Amino acid sequence: MSSTDLQDPIISVHGIRNQFGEHVVHKDVSLDVKRGEIIGIVGGSGTGKSVLLRTIIGLIRPTAGYVRVFGEELSELSETKRSEIERRWGVLFQDGALFSSLTVAENIQVPLKEHTKISKKLMDELAALKIRMVGLAHEAALKYPGELSGGMRKRAGLARALALDPEILFLDEPTAGLDPIGAARFDILVKQLQETLGLTVFLVTHDLDTLHAVCDRIAVLGEGKVLVVGTMDDMLQFDHPWVQEYFTGPRARAAKLGG
Amino acid sequence: MASLSLPDRRQDPYKLRVWRDDSRDHGADKILADAIAHFEISEDDQEVTISFLGRWVVSCLGDADQRIRNIDCSHEKAIRLEVSGIDQLDTAGAWVIYRFHRRLSEGGMGIGIAGAEARFQTLFDVVAEHEEHVQKIPPHKHPLRELFERTGRQVERNFQDLYNSVGFFGLSLATFLRGMVDFRRFRAVSFVHHLEHAGFDAVTIIFTVSFLVGAVIAYMGGELLKEFGAEVLTVDLIAYSVLREFGVLLSAIMIAGRSGSAFTAQIGSMKANEEIDAMRTLGLNPVELLVVPRVLALVVAMPILTFIADVAGIFGGALISLFSLDVSPAMFVETLENEIELRHFLTGLVKAPVFAVLIGVIGCYQGMRVQDTAESIGEHTTRSVVQAIFAVIVADALFAMFFQEIGF
Repeated sequence: MSSTDLQDPIISVHGIRNQFGEHVVHKDVSLDVKRGEIIGIVGGSGTGKSVLLRTIIGLIRPTAGYVRVFGEELSELSETKRSEIERRWGVLFQDGALFSSLTVAENIQVPLKEHTKISKKLMDELAALKIRMVGLAHEAALKYPGELSGGMRKRAGLARALALDPEILFLDEPTAGLDPIGAARFDILVKQLQETLGLTVFLVTHDLDTLHAVCDRIAVLGEGKVLVVGTMDDMLQFDHPWVQEYFTGPRARAAKLGG
Repeated sequence: MASLSLPDRRQDPYKLRVWRDDSRDHGADKILADAIAHFEISEDDQEVTISFLGRWVVSCLGDADQRIRNIDCSHEKAIRLEVSGIDQLDTAGAWVIYRFHRRLSEGGMGIGIAGAEARFQTLFDVVAEHEEHVQKIPPHKHPLRELFERTGRQVERNFQDLYNSVGFFGLSLATFLRGMVDFRRFRAVSFVHHLEHAGFDAVTIIFTVSFLVGAVIAYMGGELLKEFGAEVLTVDLIAYSVLREFGVLLSAIMIAGRSGSAFTAQIGSMKANEEIDAMRTLGLNPVELLVVPRVLALVVAMPILTFIADVAGIFGGALISLFSLDVSPAMFVETLENEIELRHFLTGLVKAPVFAVLIGVIGCYQGMRVQDTAESIGEHTTRSVVQAIFAVIVADALFAMFFQEIGF
């Protein structure tokens, strides 16, 4: 790892425009994510938080602008190169997006089977290890996603996202739909994993507690662009009606007390 | 500390010495040979050192895992695991090394992992924390045993379905009869809607299919009967088979595929979306609201569709008789009038409402059985079609035997 790697942003979004028919979601979004940080993306409903995440991981092609991950522009890469890059990140979708016809262990083994040449036995062990690392009981390995609760599905989805030990972890509303205790545990888990595995975490959330508990920096989306990027303190001082209401409203105060 | 008391291991102290990882020689791998996970073993007077080198990450592990498993641990000297030569480590690599370390220490060789940088150490700590649970993974069952298990479950489930379908039929019937008493409870709008979708919309396809089958019977039968000089009997053949069997059977099979599956999918997605539960909480009866109008619509539509199928099948047969057997339409109709009794038509028609009930009840029942996953809807839709067609054919066979016995 050279020193430039440490300084260059691991994700660099520049001048992104996203438009669906007449509806413009992003006018001009630019954002740099540093290696090893946890960045939280917030914004009102319909400001395109998830769209931004999907643009970065290449599920949506922006109308204008570019996205660089690990210094490479995805849209310009060949299929094989792209797949190599994709192996270096893990994505947790909102409800886990587990393959419903496979057990949890098999779900985790999907990327292992596809991209590595390790033995079946080691795959079983690694799946069990990942299941334990995300805080599930080892009995969960043989269960199907339909048999799990929402919180367990999210953890299982996280285990699958971590299967290849990625460098970047994308989380789409990881705590939505969890009870406060479950959500707090999930926050701690993300923080712990980030510290032990040295992950960069890109986190889309609505949850103020999550922002307080885990995020190094926060980016606020609004009006088709990034309104502000910075620490929680920067947010509190930023003069914009939505940002002020979001970060100093009654729920924000409660979260701050709790955090 | 390494004076061993290993119970049944072969006591060759130098097993390890000559061993050298030769993964570098298998350079065919896309990844640079130097980068791949490998290890070297060296030995001095006091201890054996196993140095791990390269990238111990999941994509570069290759068969290093197997090589480590193959190392014979019976050794007289202390073994030191040296990890400072590792370029990159992830949980997979840490796991493989840690597991080896555990195996050594369980064999009585209290050794340590040396040279772990702080960031490696956290990884080793993580895998160490969960090691005990990982070792508890249940062994895979034998595939053959799994096959038997699945088959058994499936058979049990089919019987369960049969049993429950009968119960569901009773429930629907009771609800229907209650509706008969209080006519305001009859859902006319829903009934007409389903009559249109299950009945009227199916006319074209059932007409076409029955027409073609009638034509095929005329072709095949005509060819055969010609050999005996009995072409004229083709008319009887067509009329018998279409009126008694094919008209109603084809309609039933098409309806099972078109409407039975649609019922399952509609009710199933409502079930998955908790709409059925919502109905109950609002004091509505889902069977009365969803099942009765659908089944009733089929019961009304099926005889009509059967009639259409009969006409289409005979029409198809007549057309082929005209062109390939030179049986004129006038002659065809005359034979039909003189030889074919009304009872053949009635035999077919009387089966139609029975098949309709089977298809409707099975379709709705499978819909009600859907769990709250999208996958479940697909699974139950398939089951609904398969079971409905199966039930129709079994019922048809029973009818055939019954009519045979009573000489109808």
